[in-house]
Formats: sequence, structure tokens, C-alpha cells
Amino acid sequence: MATSRCLTERAIDHIVLERGDVANSWRRERWDSLRLLTPNWQARLPGYRYDGADPDGFMTVAEVVAFVSRFATLAAAPVRPHTTVTSVRPVDAGYRVATEHGDIECRTVVLASGACNVAHLPACHQAIPSSVAQFTPLDYGNPRRLPEGGVLVVGASATGVQLAEEIHRSGRRVTLAVGEHVRLPRLYRGRDVLWWMDASGVWNQRYDEIEDLTRARRLPSPQLVGTPERTTLDLNVLSAIGVELVGRLAMVRDGRALFSGGLRNQFALADLKMDRLLDTFDDWTRSQAADTDVGPVERFEPTRVPASSRLTLDLRNGEIRSIVWATGFRPDYSWLDVPVVDCKGHLRHDGGVVDAPGLYAIGLPVLRRRKSTFICGAEDDARDIVDHLAHYLAGRRGKR
Amino acid sequence: MAVSSVNNGVNVQALLDAREVLKGAPEAAKFTWRASCKWQNGTHSQTKIQRFFGLGQEQQHKTEFSFEADHPEIFASEDHGITPVEYMLVGLASCLTAGVAAVAQNRGIQLRSVEAKVEGGMDVRGILGIDSDVRNGYDDIKVTFKIDADASKKDIEALVAQSQKRSAVYDVITNPTNVKVEVV
Repeated sequence: MATSRCLTERAIDHIVLERGDVANSWRRERWDSLRLLTPNWQARLPGYRYDGADPDGFMTVAEVVAFVSRFATLAAAPVRPHTTVTSVRPVDAGYRVATEHGDIECRTVVLASGACNVAHLPACHQAIPSSVAQFTPLDYGNPRRLPEGGVLVVGASATGVQLAEEIHRSGRRVTLAVGEHVRLPRLYRGRDVLWWMDASGVWNQRYDEIEDLTRARRLPSPQLVGTPERTTLDLNVLSAIGVELVGRLAMVRDGRALFSGGLRNQFALADLKMDRLLDTFDDWTRSQAADTDVGPVERFEPTRVPASSRLTLDLRNGEIRSIVWATGFRPDYSWLDVPVVDCKGHLRHDGGVVDAPGLYAIGLPVLRRRKSTFICGAEDDARDIVDHLAHYLAGRRGKR
Repeated sequence: MAVSSVNNGVNVQALLDAREVLKGAPEAAKFTWRASCKWQNGTHSQTKIQRFFGLGQEQQHKTEFSFEADHPEIFASEDHGITPVEYMLVGLASCLTAGVAAVAQNRGIQLRSVEAKVEGGMDVRGILGIDSDVRNGYDDIKVTFKIDADASKKDIEALVAQSQKRSAVYDVITNPTNVKVEVV
């Protein structure tokens, strides 16, 4: 949508293909209670921003659908809804895009299908006993869909901690398997942590300034939740309400889940990284005018290490009735008949300029900036991509 | 009861007696094994082992043992000793082999020779941080025993199986363990 708006501004003729209705993945592929991680005041698209009464609140899924749909209408985006793309292949003049309603030829293509098309499951999911029901964030919906009884949530990113908390509140015993994770407080020195990310410039850090880009692009989403109370949802909160924390799920053998004994170090790493980020914020504050309106410096309690964490869990004795895999997502490029996807399923691109002439991508992790996958990150990326695309079109025209 | 004519050099009676005693004294069964490692230079370190705790008090080996660990020259190291992961293989092979001897003695099987070859497969893209989907440790460990003994093939296989069942190192490698690392 953001890219479409930038193309329109430059009078570049284009269409937007949507397999469902505008904001389809928000309509169909999110759990019921999800809210945006970014506060409303940060919700913006090119020439369009949140103007409601609750700038510090977080949009529900329905509100995000309405927000994006309203933007599409206002921008008069040339959307073709209910048009599933079945293939994109290179042809002499550019690309042929096959859809269920016929083929389209175009000189350039912007891939905006996102990074979260399919839920990624570790290989050991095949060894889970059939008596245990398995869910992904895409088909989870709400706790009522789970069978009664204990639940193992695997993964402690934003998705994992949110679902663990919600399932716990539904009255089920929850065990949360914790691997590498990113700990963040919701509020720091009285401000939303994403205000800090934005103001201090961390979010604007460009992809070509990041030392280990591969790692930055693979980073799990931070342990954040958008709630009206602006609450922090870290592992201390979860263990305090009774969620049992165990180490990373290493394997499933003979119907038993085996968890890493390295939980303590995962906590230490996340605490150290959070403190380094807060140091960055504090350093930035000191470099600003004295009247920057923030509270006093604070540090948070280190993640509490359980006296003893279980290393194995019998999945056959009825204690665990379901598993929710919050183990990340992968993009789906099965329809992309252009050799630009590496052996691990990632698109080969340089800041959204894909490794094939006239092919672009938007909305992937740290595409051009750390904020690339947040709603407010779309605008800057879209402008850069459309700049490049416009030059590309002009260059081609010049050559002819 | 050990068959008297069989001698693998393992005092099974002493082990069985200890088992009886420790049944009634679980505290005495709690052992702490220790090693002290000192960085030398580069990837070279020296680990010394003598004292340990068990049977309710401080104990020690007859002498202090010292182990050099390093990496081979293809890792741009000076190769003062075997790599830490190779020490894991030492531990596994010697633990299983000791187990085979003890179980054979207990079952009245005379051993003539026991040889174990251990191979551990590792993709070093893990430790080099090339691909975070690749684990750091061994992806596969294979132990091959060649045993000459007064026993059928089945009985020898049962020996090896029982040895794995009671092996501390086999357990450490195949099951997760809580590890606490502190800086003082």
C-alpha cells in the first residue's frame, strides 16, 4: 500500500494484486487478541497517520484492517482484490505475472507478500506423539480452540510470550520453551520503548550500516505486547503468574521433549543486550537538549532463573495436550519463478533491490532499516524502493 | 556374584559392596568432580585434575594429572594438545569401555580384548558463526566396539548395551544438563 502510494505520487502506472481483500493477512492470519506492537501515534503510511483519540493505545486487528483499508481508499490505490498470483517469471520486456484471472505483463514487480506467509516448525515436530494437538500462530485463533489440559508453547518472541500469557489466563498450565530472545520493557523512563527506538535513531539504522546483517534479519521479534495498560510482558512477568520456563526445545525422543540446559545463558544474553540498548538510549538523552521530557534512568530486574528447570517433559502421559509453535515464520516464494531465492528460502536482495533487474521487495526484516517490518517503517523503505524503480524505468527508456 | 574363574581386573565385589553401603547413605553417594583450567596462550590451555569430593569428604587421585588442549594448525593454532571436543570422545570411549569391563566381570564373561573407535561428525559452520541453523556441537557420534570375549555375539551386544545404560558420559552427551557459568 505504501509503495503504491509512492508510485502514484510519481505518476508511475501500476496495479496492486491482492489475493483477498486489502489487509488480507490481518483479516485471516492473526490471532484474535493481537494488537499492533507500535503505539497508535506511530501508525503512519505515506501522507496518512493515526488521528484518533488514543495516541498511546495499540490497534486491534480490526482497527488495523480499517486503518489500512481507509488508506487504500484515500490513496485511491489501484487494488485488484481476490487475485491470487500463481507465478512471476521473467520475459523480455520485464515480467509476466500469472494470476487466477489471467496474465499481466509489466516492466517491474515489487514483492510485498511479506515475511510471515508460513509458520516455521522445527523438524522435531514430526516426532510429537499424535495424542498431542499441534497449532501454529496462523491457525491458533484463541485458547478456546485448544484442548483442555497442559500446553507447551515453543518460542519466546512476541508471539510466544503473548500466546503463553493468554493461554495461561484461560486456565491451562503453560510451559514455555525459551531459546534466543529479545527482551524489552514496554515503557522506559516513562516513554514507550518504540519511542526510544525511533527518537534515538536505532530504528533508522540502515541495513548497510549493520555489522551482522544476516543476524539482524533473523532476530526474533522483541518480547512486546500492545495492551491498553501498556504493560511489559517479559519472562519475569510470565514466571510470576505461573508459566513454567524451560530451555530451548532441543529434540523430541521416544515421546519426550528434551530442553537445553542453557536457559540461564539465554537469560543472561537477553538481559545484557537489553541493558546495552538502554545504555544507548541514555547516551542519546545526554546528547540532547536538557529539556527532553523523560523520566529518570532505570534498570530492570535481571530475568529470574528458576531454581530448577525441567530438562525433559513426557509428551505421552497426558500432562501436555497441545503444543503451540511460536518458532517464527518464513516467506513463501513458491510462485516466484525467478532464480533469486537462496537455498534457505531467503530472497537475495540488496536493501529491497532484488538480484534480478526490475524486481523489488518491501516489508522484509531490516530490508533497508531496523524498522522495516513495523508499520511506520514502510514509508521510508517504499520511497527508497520507488526511487530506484523510477531510475530503472527511466534508464531503460533512455536506452531504447 | 562374580564367577571366580573370570578376571577382567575389575573388583566387582567391591563395587557391589559399595552399592549396598550407599543405598543406606545417599549423602555419601554425592560426588563432585573438579578440573582447573588455565589459559596458556592463543587457544592453548592446560587443565589439571587431582582433587574431588565423594563419600562425604575430600578425596584425591594418587597424583595430579595434566591435560593440554589446543587446536590443530589448520585452525591457525599451535597444536599443543587435542581439541576440547576430542576430550569428549576420550571421555565417551573410556567410560563405555570401563563399563564393558565391569559388566562383563559381573556377568562372568572373560574379556580378551576390547577396542573402541569413536567418530564424531561436526559441521564447523556452527562454531564459526557462518550459519545459525547449524549447531555448534557434534551432529552425530558413532562408537564401534571390537570385542573378543568368551561369550556369544548376543551376550557381547548386551554387554555394550548395558554399558551405555550405566555410562555417565553417555548420559551427559545424550541428555540435556543444566550448566551454570559465572564470572567472579
